[in-house]
Amino acid sequence: MKIRTLEQLRALAEELRAARDHRPCVRVCGGTGCRARGSEEVLARFKTLLQETGLAEAVDVKFTGCHGLCERGPLVSLAPQEVFYQGVEADDVRAIVTETLARGTVIERLLAQDPVTGKHARREQEIPFYRRQHRLVLRFNGILDPTDIREYIAVGGYQALGTALTHLTPEEVIEIIERSGLRGRGGAGFPTGKKWRMARAAPGSRKYVICNGDEGDPGAFMDRSVLEGNPHSVIEGMIIGAYAIGAAQGIIYVREEYPLAVRTLEIALAQARDYGFLGEEIFDSAFSFDIEIVRGAGAFVAGEETALIAAVEGRVSEPRQRPPYPVHRGVWGYPTVINNVETWANVPLIIERGPEWFASLGTATSKGTKIFSLVGKVMNTGLVEIPMGMTLRELIEEIGGGAPPPREIKAVQIGGPSGGCLPKALFDLPIDYESLTEAGAMMGSGGLIVMDDRTCMVDVARYFMDFLRDESCGKCLPCREGTNRMYELLTAICEGRATESDLELLEELAHVVKETSLCGLGQTAPNPVLTTLRYFRPEYEAHIRERRCPAGVCKALIRYVINAERCTGCLACLQPCPQQAISGQLKQPHVISEERCIKCGICYEVCQFGAVEIV
Amino acid sequence: MTRLSINGIEVDLEQGTTLLEAAQHLGIEIPTLCFHPGLSAYGACRLCVVELGDGRLVSACTYPVQEGLRVRTHSPRVLRARRMLIELLLSICPSSKRIQDLAAEHQVERVRFSVRDERCILCGLCVRMCAEQMMAHAIGFVNRGYRRRITTPFDLTSDVCRRCGGCLYICPVCELRCQGPEAPSVVCGSCVTPAPTCPPVYGDLACYMGAAGECGTCVREPPPDPRSSDLRRRRESV
Repeated sequence: MKIRTLEQLRALAEELRAARDHRPCVRVCGGTGCRARGSEEVLARFKTLLQETGLAEAVDVKFTGCHGLCERGPLVSLAPQEVFYQGVEADDVRAIVTETLARGTVIERLLAQDPVTGKHARREQEIPFYRRQHRLVLRFNGILDPTDIREYIAVGGYQALGTALTHLTPEEVIEIIERSGLRGRGGAGFPTGKKWRMARAAPGSRKYVICNGDEGDPGAFMDRSVLEGNPHSVIEGMIIGAYAIGAAQGIIYVREEYPLAVRTLEIALAQARDYGFLGEEIFDSAFSFDIEIVRGAGAFVAGEETALIAAVEGRVSEPRQRPPYPVHRGVWGYPTVINNVETWANVPLIIERGPEWFASLGTATSKGTKIFSLVGKVMNTGLVEIPMGMTLRELIEEIGGGAPPPREIKAVQIGGPSGGCLPKALFDLPIDYESLTEAGAMMGSGGLIVMDDRTCMVDVARYFMDFLRDESCGKCLPCREGTNRMYELLTAICEGRATESDLELLEELAHVVKETSLCGLGQTAPNPVLTTLRYFRPEYEAHIRERRCPAGVCKALIRYVINAERCTGCLACLQPCPQQAISGQLKQPHVISEERCIKCGICYEVCQFGAVEIV
Repeated sequence: MTRLSINGIEVDLEQGTTLLEAAQHLGIEIPTLCFHPGLSAYGACRLCVVELGDGRLVSACTYPVQEGLRVRTHSPRVLRARRMLIELLLSICPSSKRIQDLAAEHQVERVRFSVRDERCILCGLCVRMCAEQMMAHAIGFVNRGYRRRITTPFDLTSDVCRRCGGCLYICPVCELRCQGPEAPSVVCGSCVTPAPTCPPVYGDLACYMGAAGECGTCVREPPPDPRSSDLRRRRESV
């Protein structure tokens, strides 16, 4: 069925909504996190049980995109009861069907519980994790079935596209995006409208739009969740962008490591073609456009736009000097607009609700919302979307729920491996492009790793440098050799072999790598080193001067000992020790043999009495 | 024409000129390693970095002239960066005379990193030479990051290599081996080598066919050992 006019689309949406709104619905999270925790089995159990009980006709059961609270998966929400269950296992399904679906009784043990008050939250909005969020791009994640375009149409999908194609000129679209203040969500924050205007003005017989879905930061899954949960919002944004700059071809570059996202996108593209949103003369206008998927082989550097272009053209993904910028010379030499997944997903929203509404969200220079994947030492890990300008403290402590006691949060790595480590003292910093850059970090694509007081900052810098020396393409000397040498120096510090002059050299080298590297990867690669040096220098100095790791992480600098006063002689640590390094009798204090100990930390983990100490 | 200023000198140049060409036009010398006028610019060694008016350091060999650009080719920041880059190069390729000479020119007097002699700086000149001038595409880069190296496809003897020796000819680090009297890990200070010390055979130079076994082309009369020749005595007397 091809949609030809906006009226036809609106009528279809009305019809679909009317059919849908009255039916009870079970939404099982089909995000990668919940699937890993067994949500596929939960969905299958729902289907068989509803068949058995004869409710199959009356109740819809479906997979949705990521709900966000990955920590507590698998997540199941029920409509119209508005009940939000977490940690649902296949064995819980019978109870949900017989009690909640059949009788409307809420099963308390499956509800989220406030750790402080002990109160159970029945609805999503009552959970602190969701209450402080402002979900715009993610508003349909967890509600829609991403493999069914009719669900997206029912909630008003593709109407922004219809409006743009039938009521707005390309210039007007660009002006709306400019006025909204939307900036690139991939990291650097370049104004999207300006980029489009440059591409529109650039001479070229053909033009391209590209969706950059090469999300490669450790612990980041924002783009994946959008692609898996609401692919049509990205596709719609790309079609609008293509109309604005005059492109006839779009490319979605997505990692092969995201098989679910690739599959969801393939289904979504096929459905969009069926409904005439892609193809010839979209909405009966003169505008024709189609999108193809290019799957990347998973190089971190391919997220850099010139490297991405090389990858799309079938070459090795290595960056080149800019200028010329892709808006002037992109894929195959033609003007190309490359935007991040999240940026594209914002576009339909801005057309639909207007640039003034969008500009009213966020701060003076950073508008709208930003999705973060909150991971590390926090209670609630998962996917969050917040308005720009929220402080780090609100994000980490209120939404994230702070560190699991008795630990305390010490720092946060924002912006992925090329971002920076910000200390707790800076947690009142508002999250916007400028504040973060000024503090030495960057917005990045939205990875946020929370670290507690048992994290050694030198070790963290070393971890990221190990990642980067591996992921550097190796083309330019400062990035290839510089990251490798920084890793060597950091290893020497962690192992207690370094001197004061090594620290000086590290800092000097970090600045040169930042200044002279060819592309964004190398120019930001030293950030973990520079920010940890800036905010946690005493930790570096303790490693060098005192041969001591204050956080008790660096193996070469720590010893495990048993505090004889606390040890109850329970023998619990004896058996798990892989080295048989612990000796002792029942009810007698145990002793660790320093010679045998390999510092694996297992005894520290198993001791119930805090008798194993790190010195 | 595009007007820009280089080290305070105003100059009008045609569009498409690079900053390196612009500087050469004015007689300003910028050190390069991965650049060759007969090959496409690559921008990998970063030795030719220059400072722009906005404070950015960019590689002169790949950056096009732009209207109103202010360029400094030898600012303190540029020189500091170049010195660090040379130190990095020395730490992976101490036996190269070309790099030792650069070190001497830039007063790099020590290497603070642990030295590993890799005999290759991955500048890619040989790869471009093979592809662009010899049209052979016999060698290329494999792996990425610190594992990157240059070899033939799958490390097998290449069918398309014509044994032309172009890769060896253009290599900035293996053409002249520094044979200084000290161990190669030490910066020899300033190369006052009186005569080229490399034997005129390919012998133990970096051979990209190496991993696949010897191709045989380079096998000739064994070279005279330069260390035993009177070259050494001459050098010592210097």
